[in-house]
Amino acid sequence: MQSCKPKGTSSAAGGDASKAYVAPGKYDEFYNFVSGGFSGQMPVYGIPSGRLLRVIPVFSVDPEKGWGYSEETKPMLNTSHGFVPWDDLHHIALSVTNSEHDGRWVFGNANNTPRIARIDLKTFRTAEIIEIPNSAGNHSSPFITENSEYVVAGTRFSVPIGDKQDVPIDTYKDNFKGTVSFIGVDKTTGDMNIAFQILTPGVNFDLARAGKGKSAGWFFFSCYNSEKANTLLEVNASQKDKDFIMAVNWKKAEEYAKAGKGVKKQVKYAHNKYDESTHSATSKMENEVLVLDPKDCPDMIYFMPCPKSPHGCDTDPTGEYIVGSGKLAATIPVFSFTKIQNAIASKTFDGDYDGIPVLKYDAVLHGEVAKPGLGPLHTEFDANGNAYTSMFVSSEIVKWNVKSLKVLDRVPTYYSVGHLSVPGGPTKKPHGKYVIAYNKITKDRYLPTGPELSQSAQMYDISGDKMKLVLDFPTIGEPHYAEAIPAELVMKNSVKIFKIEENKNPYVSMGEGKTKVERKGNEVHVYMTAIRSHLTPDNIEGVKVGDVVYFHVTNLEQDWDVPHGFAIKGANNGELLVMPGETQTLMWKPDRVGIFPFYCTDFCSALHQEMQGYIRISPAGSNVPLLYHTGKTKPSVSTPDTKDSGKSK
Amino acid sequence: MKKKFGLAIAAFAIFTLSCKNENKESNGTATNSNTESAVTTGGQENVKDDVSQKDVVKVAAASKDHTTLVAAIKQAELISSLSNAGPFTVFAPTNAAFDKLPAGTVDKLMKNENKADLQDILQYHVTTSSLKAEYFTDGMNVGMVNGGNVTVSVKDGKIMLNGTATIVASIPASNGTVHVIDGVLVPPAAK
Repeated sequence: MQSCKPKGTSSAAGGDASKAYVAPGKYDEFYNFVSGGFSGQMPVYGIPSGRLLRVIPVFSVDPEKGWGYSEETKPMLNTSHGFVPWDDLHHIALSVTNSEHDGRWVFGNANNTPRIARIDLKTFRTAEIIEIPNSAGNHSSPFITENSEYVVAGTRFSVPIGDKQDVPIDTYKDNFKGTVSFIGVDKTTGDMNIAFQILTPGVNFDLARAGKGKSAGWFFFSCYNSEKANTLLEVNASQKDKDFIMAVNWKKAEEYAKAGKGVKKQVKYAHNKYDESTHSATSKMENEVLVLDPKDCPDMIYFMPCPKSPHGCDTDPTGEYIVGSGKLAATIPVFSFTKIQNAIASKTFDGDYDGIPVLKYDAVLHGEVAKPGLGPLHTEFDANGNAYTSMFVSSEIVKWNVKSLKVLDRVPTYYSVGHLSVPGGPTKKPHGKYVIAYNKITKDRYLPTGPELSQSAQMYDISGDKMKLVLDFPTIGEPHYAEAIPAELVMKNSVKIFKIEENKNPYVSMGEGKTKVERKGNEVHVYMTAIRSHLTPDNIEGVKVGDVVYFHVTNLEQDWDVPHGFAIKGANNGELLVMPGETQTLMWKPDRVGIFPFYCTDFCSALHQEMQGYIRISPAGSNVPLLYHTGKTKPSVSTPDTKDSGKSK
Repeated sequence: MKKKFGLAIAAFAIFTLSCKNENKESNGTATNSNTESAVTTGGQENVKDDVSQKDVVKVAAASKDHTTLVAAIKQAELISSLSNAGPFTVFAPTNAAFDKLPAGTVDKLMKNENKADLQDILQYHVTTSSLKAEYFTDGMNVGMVNGGNVTVSVKDGKIMLNGTATIVASIPASNGTVHVIDGVLVPPAAK
């Protein structure tokens, strides 16, 4: 046993732990964008180190960054239901050009109140959020087409569509429909718009993947609950031996949309954009969406039988093979795009499902992976023709060859693995090197932390024939899908500062000389600046109970990584975190008479602790004049308020 | 049981040997990453927890009427899977149910060379959802982990599976439900 003592890092993890070691002063090779699950956010990790680099606030408020608390960011979380401060972010789609990562944007879906967000990788901030009407539970999202023409949003829950909304739930089979939405992405700006929705039978959409290369004009969606159950799905949605993968000819759908085959439906959904020149968001309510009904659009969608509640639906790098992972299935079916096209051409159908042709299983099947493991969920690919499938029930990753369908290797995960990520795994050119498993259970991996334990990512080296566990690292929320991209594609574009002279925020202070305090009725606008190490103005008087105070804080720094924060005692709100050259606004309703301190919350300098000020709140109806300054000292006096001087500037 | 214990020792010996020789380590890992990691971590099923409700494996292990089943689950290497979040429904044949099989059947299945058959049979007794007794309806099909279906009949409150085994007791577990049955379910012949 003596000889078994770990020697250095390499033996400690059983695999080659030194592969995860990124020496101080060195960068990671990949960014890993991970779904934050029920945190609603998107954490970013470095690979191979597993270091947490940033948590991008997306669908949930983040008081740490002022997201959803500052006046400028509040509109980003507006929906047709009003302000929604939380969601459940499940899946990631990095923008692609020619089915390869281009490092411009990353998309995330809101699973609860259906939305898609676009994050700009120049700033690592959420630039746009669009709500999806006629959807309920935006799970099958935000997968992306070959040149980022569209991201998709398939509804998990079918629901009544149209005017007749108040129906008995047990009329599901008659009244409930599914939709998949195609959201156009502007080539240059990335701006999203709902190009069209396809009305579908009332199944539940789970995941999806676009074709690539030869299959690039198609999109594949896994669906469960072809039984159309509306209660106890655990039993009632598992009755049939096969559910479906829905194949959509989106090029054809696009033609139908352009040819006016769709119907414009009246709906209501929010479309929110963040403008980096005004440093503020706007929310616009849209009221129309184009819906394509397959009845009027032949040859647009087909169903392919797929065993038992398929979850993963993944196309290999060549675009020829589509892998369905039925979480209750005993095999992994692999479909052939060529065979699908032949079956469509020769009308090799196995009847129809609500009028949609069902392709014959054997006619479109390349083959099945036999005895892969228990509970296949999701598949990613390397550049050598191999696939990696996660097995939830048997807690393992299984490596198999896409052509031969032979299992090549299997390795345990700890435990209950959901999705996987290979750098570039969903693209035409996988980078390989690692597969990262995102696991639910860590009972004997991490120190106990009460009833809930951190979920984990586990990174395996896949450079050799056999997979080797290299590293465990904890994740936030619940990790669903993730994607990894070479750092060099992203880091070169990273914004360091916002140029102050380009700041178009209407409340900017272009220098300390421009700071002021203005009263408009009961609104008090404080135009404030922050620079190491003082706030201007830092003494404010003449504000009263009943006023609504807006602190418009401009960070005058023009230096990378020098944000300033702003917080005031008793605010029913978060802090502001203001980037160099940016203006952000905190609203505050003083609730009592007194002196209220405010300060910079982001440790900025040696005199950060001195970066503070006071605002005096007088009773409602008081006639204390408005006064503000920084750096002006007066001899101590003890005269009544009325003798105070007025404005200092 | 003895056999299983012997195997564990053998696996441990392989691991010890392989790590004695640093050069061989990668080869050892390559032949069986399962073995190595199992030794490294102990596995989810070995997490010490006397407070939580028992999972389906621990429920079976606590029953003196299920020693054959538990030994078979170990031999089929299904303990780790069944200790998972699940949820599972396990149809758990009693020792008496196994005794009803033709003489020598169980001994044969417990041999290493027949492990795949044993796995197939045991996986025909498990489904990945937690089905309480009241969820079963007459004529219902239940898709089992091995890919086969079990047909349920419900008559006069008696729940029968494939017309051959009757549910005699139902025990809730932390990760599913165990239904004790009086017969072994035989999977339909493989395609």
